[in-house]
Amino acid sequence: MSDDVIWQVINHQFCAFKIKTDKEQNFCRNEYNVTGFCSRQSCPLANARYATVKNIEGRLYLYMKTAERAHLPSKMWERVKLSKNYNKALEQIDDRLQYWQKFLIHKCKQRLTRLTQVAITERRLALREDERHYVGVKHKVKRREENRERKALSAAKIEKSIEKELLERLKSGAYGDKPLNVDDKIWKKVLSKMDNQQEDIDDEDDVDLVSEDEDEESDEGEVEYVEDDGEDELVDVEDLEKWLDDSSDESESESEDDDESNDNDKKRKSQDNNNKKKRPRVEIEYEHEPESTLQTNILY
Amino acid sequence: MSEDAKTLKRIKNKQQRQKVYAELKHEKNKAKHKLRAERAKEERSNPELKTERLATNVPETLDSKRVFDETIAEEVEGEDEFNEIFNNSKPPKILLTTNHKAKKQAYEFADLLMDFLPNVTFVKRKEQFNIKDMVKFCNNREYTDLIILNEFNKKVTGLTFIHLPNGPTFYFSITSITEGKRISGHGRATNHTPELILNNFNTRLGKTVGRLFQSIFPKNPEFQGRQVITLHNQRDYIFFRRHRYLFKSDEKVGLQEIGPQFTLKLRRLQKGIKEETEWEFRPEMEKDKRKFYL
Repeated sequence: MSDDVIWQVINHQFCAFKIKTDKEQNFCRNEYNVTGFCSRQSCPLANARYATVKNIEGRLYLYMKTAERAHLPSKMWERVKLSKNYNKALEQIDDRLQYWQKFLIHKCKQRLTRLTQVAITERRLALREDERHYVGVKHKVKRREENRERKALSAAKIEKSIEKELLERLKSGAYGDKPLNVDDKIWKKVLSKMDNQQEDIDDEDDVDLVSEDEDEESDEGEVEYVEDDGEDELVDVEDLEKWLDDSSDESESESEDDDESNDNDKKRKSQDNNNKKKRPRVEIEYEHEPESTLQTNILY
Repeated sequence: MSEDAKTLKRIKNKQQRQKVYAELKHEKNKAKHKLRAERAKEERSNPELKTERLATNVPETLDSKRVFDETIAEEVEGEDEFNEIFNNSKPPKILLTTNHKAKKQAYEFADLLMDFLPNVTFVKRKEQFNIKDMVKFCNNREYTDLIILNEFNKKVTGLTFIHLPNGPTFYFSITSITEGKRISGHGRATNHTPELILNNFNTRLGKTVGRLFQSIFPKNPEFQGRQVITLHNQRDYIFFRRHRYLFKSDEKVGLQEIGPQFTLKLRRLQKGIKEETEWEFRPEMEKDKRKFYL
């Protein structure tokens, strides 16, 4: 089949590699095309004599085909490895395509230049450490996450939980003896309530210490506060102080820092048990207050 | 199929069917409201009934049906990287920066963060320094945390927290950012150190995340400011809120939102400075709606 027949078919009927555009220029996606345009000169199918440059696994090759081998598709292309040196590669192209059309020589050199530049950029990008870690996100997943966030927000009832937590802190005496964030009248009320509670619990205390502890646990529903229950059911002020000193020595096992654990322990104790001696102990707590933390409801 | 549905199905005329359906629905609605009004009346005279009803009628939620996680009740053993901060009571010192070539939105969000992060310095990102370099510089200047904002397509998409001097590294995605001034009835922040509330950080992983936030904020809040920062974890979404509170009585608290609001979601936890990945979020993890990781 002559080249002209092939080109007529490609141009006027159909070519699988052709990409039509609205503009005058059509493109070609055949990988052997040296320019990427769909034209008579640069069509790799309609030219029996053709040359191009390709990148195979990082190395550049000059590909050539001639009319003599047109009947052997398996051996149609002759390829020559090009030198890594750009100038030498240019010379190689000149050498190999000595009496070829000027157009092909020029386009092969242009393609060589472009591919060399791309290789340089690739190498530079590979050297640079990528700060971001790119993960594809599907639209479905994105929408699902948005919806779950919305539902989680409405389930969270954030303001209610904040109010609850603040009241708990106020009532557990975490804000100190003379809290700066509470009105005097309200603080007096809270104090009197705390005293009442103590008396109530004192009565129960005589009956059953253990059960009372359990009750408190279930009331709070906070797993974190449970840990110290068993140890110090009947700690005295002095014992407590002694224990505090000890714990500061052997605090390695506790991953929490001393101030905080002490403070939290104190909080816990003040809530939990032996409430008879609560008021004096509260005072002791606050001597440590400036350096201590109350901060958070998460324990580690 | 119920009686009503059957009668509806028998009606062939669409308009007629719609009319009948609307009537049926209205009646049902009316009955429901009547029942509620009666119950409310009963309960007003006898408050015990209400408490009883509320105690027995607890709706099932995803949270209550959560897949059991063995690390929830466990005590955490050993030390972690945050210990130093808690032990030495070393005050936090934070460096905030962005990805390079960040757009305006990133700087605006950085401004919001600067408002509440303690002892924070913002440094404009330069292209020639990668994260390792920045960590080195920060260590020389005794910073305790490095925060890097990620902006993509003019939206703030992520936050990287690197705890210094040697990790771990957290990466959170950010969504639903609302500035304080966009919140209706918002207040203005004061310079007092806020309190911190961390809700629902229960599992081993959750506690690690909680520790991160604990270590970022100073440990001695100034109560006279009456400001509180909340990080509420619900179903692995961490909601950030900031309020001013007022104890109105011994049972009532008033809250005024200061803002900003945003939502974080943990995507990756790496040991060291972006080294070995300890935990990573994958979309398959969400297939079971009742499995939560924090």
